[in-house]
Amino acid sequence: MSAEQGQRQIRCLVAKVGLDGHDRGAHVIARALRDAGFEVIYSGLHRSPDEVVQAAVQEDVDVLGISILSGAHNTLVPKILDGMAEYDALDDTLVVVGGIIPDDDKDDLREAGVAEIFGPGASMDEMIAYIRDNAPERR
Amino acid sequence: MNEEGTAPGASDSGDDNDAATDDNDAATDDTPDSVTDELIADLLDGKHRALARTITKIENRAPGYRNLVSQLHAHTGHADVIGITGSPGAGKSTLVDKLAATYREQGLTVGVIAIDPASPYTGGAVLGDRIRMASNVGDMDVFFRSMSARGTLGGLSTATTDAVKALDAFGKDKVIIETVGAGQNEVDIVRTADTVAVLVPPGSGDDVQMLKAGILEIADLFVVNKADLEGADRTVQELREMLQLRGGESTKGAGHHGVGAAGRDPADESSEDGDDGEQWEPQIIETVADRGEGVAALIDALDDHRAYLENSGEIDAKARTRYAEEIRTLLREDTRELLAEEIDARGGLDERVDAVLAREADPYAVADEIIAPLEDCVRERRRDRE
Repeated sequence: MSAEQGQRQIRCLVAKVGLDGHDRGAHVIARALRDAGFEVIYSGLHRSPDEVVQAAVQEDVDVLGISILSGAHNTLVPKILDGMAEYDALDDTLVVVGGIIPDDDKDDLREAGVAEIFGPGASMDEMIAYIRDNAPERR
Repeated sequence: MNEEGTAPGASDSGDDNDAATDDNDAATDDTPDSVTDELIADLLDGKHRALARTITKIENRAPGYRNLVSQLHAHTGHADVIGITGSPGAGKSTLVDKLAATYREQGLTVGVIAIDPASPYTGGAVLGDRIRMASNVGDMDVFFRSMSARGTLGGLSTATTDAVKALDAFGKDKVIIETVGAGQNEVDIVRTADTVAVLVPPGSGDDVQMLKAGILEIADLFVVNKADLEGADRTVQELREMLQLRGGESTKGAGHHGVGAAGRDPADESSEDGDDGEQWEPQIIETVADRGEGVAALIDALDDHRAYLENSGEIDAKARTRYAEEIRTLLREDTRELLAEEIDARGGLDERVDAVLAREADPYAVADEIIAPLEDCVRERRRDRE
């Protein structure tokens, strides 16, 4: 545990965007990330893309996790990515999406800048390991 | 816990294995002064990303952060720093949200640092204060930053002070520090503010609680939030009685204030520097934060206190005390690092701990042995100078 303190702390924003009131999953993930030793900022429900961008930029998070179950990912996620790019924050932020994303949409999201997509059944350990391995290097 | 306290700062000296793992390795080579200069230039230029990154470096004590903060210092001294503290659920975040929104209406820019506890076991934290910032979403001129209380000992207050400097240098008119007032650590943080408001929810216990709660002594303002709840009147009454009692005591103790110079109860203990001006009497404000009630009165009271600080010259005295304290804190941390280095150089503490366990040595003797060369060196230098 003492090693954790000296290392750079990984900061994550767990964001719920749009008209999607299901946040049990986001809570569970926030908690798991906390227990993995990360600092987790939870956005709260019904955030607009702008709000998510504002939070991600100000909090200078390493990882932006967007939880979306409403099916509006093709609209909302690119808006967030564009906003991040506007603040030069997209390059060194790991953006991951969690939720129900049809296979057809996954490639588009990846192309737009999403690093990884976790669907139903993804394990916590898998997610945490992925974040540890892929949290961006920063100068 | 002590080990943890040493670790974050130790990355500077580059000898701490914990701090020099993967991520930081690259950063060490990648953070020459030019990067710092660029970051400072961007920050002063008003780039939010640069401000955010600066605070991250401060929090992580990333290599080069000292240089960064050193350079920031020249640009600080303009912001009005307000500390808000109170027990969990007292309504701090909601009140801060409303305060920030009101300041924005006045055309002022606002920075907020919200500190939440971290797990002592994993170092992880869920920082939830941001959720309450509903009035200021989409307004980048409210810069809200969540910090976890990850540093131990002096670490957190240093990081907070430095983050305030970053917001100040960025040009924020008002900087609000929000923290749960649990423990000396957090009391120390909030005391670095120019004005301290303590939130007291109704039904916080009887007047005995008021007597024993040390945090009440640092308040320039008391905010009885959720004033629409039952028991709020009684809480206000108890606070008032406590202040009257305290006023009486401090009058006896500090005669040079001139009893009731302005016909008031001298109740502020922080002004023991002998100003002859009027005394600040802590005010009690009632608010209902989620409906925005009483926020205007709170802002007035905060402004009054600020005016008092400026008129009485107290603000300079406070700044002096604060900088002296900051220097001492930095020195304590630097000394700790130096000692960690020395301990490492001597092959760690394991053998010595074995000896202590076997009753062959005692902790004091071990400490004496390790500190001795440092003492000798410092004293020798001092003699040479004299």
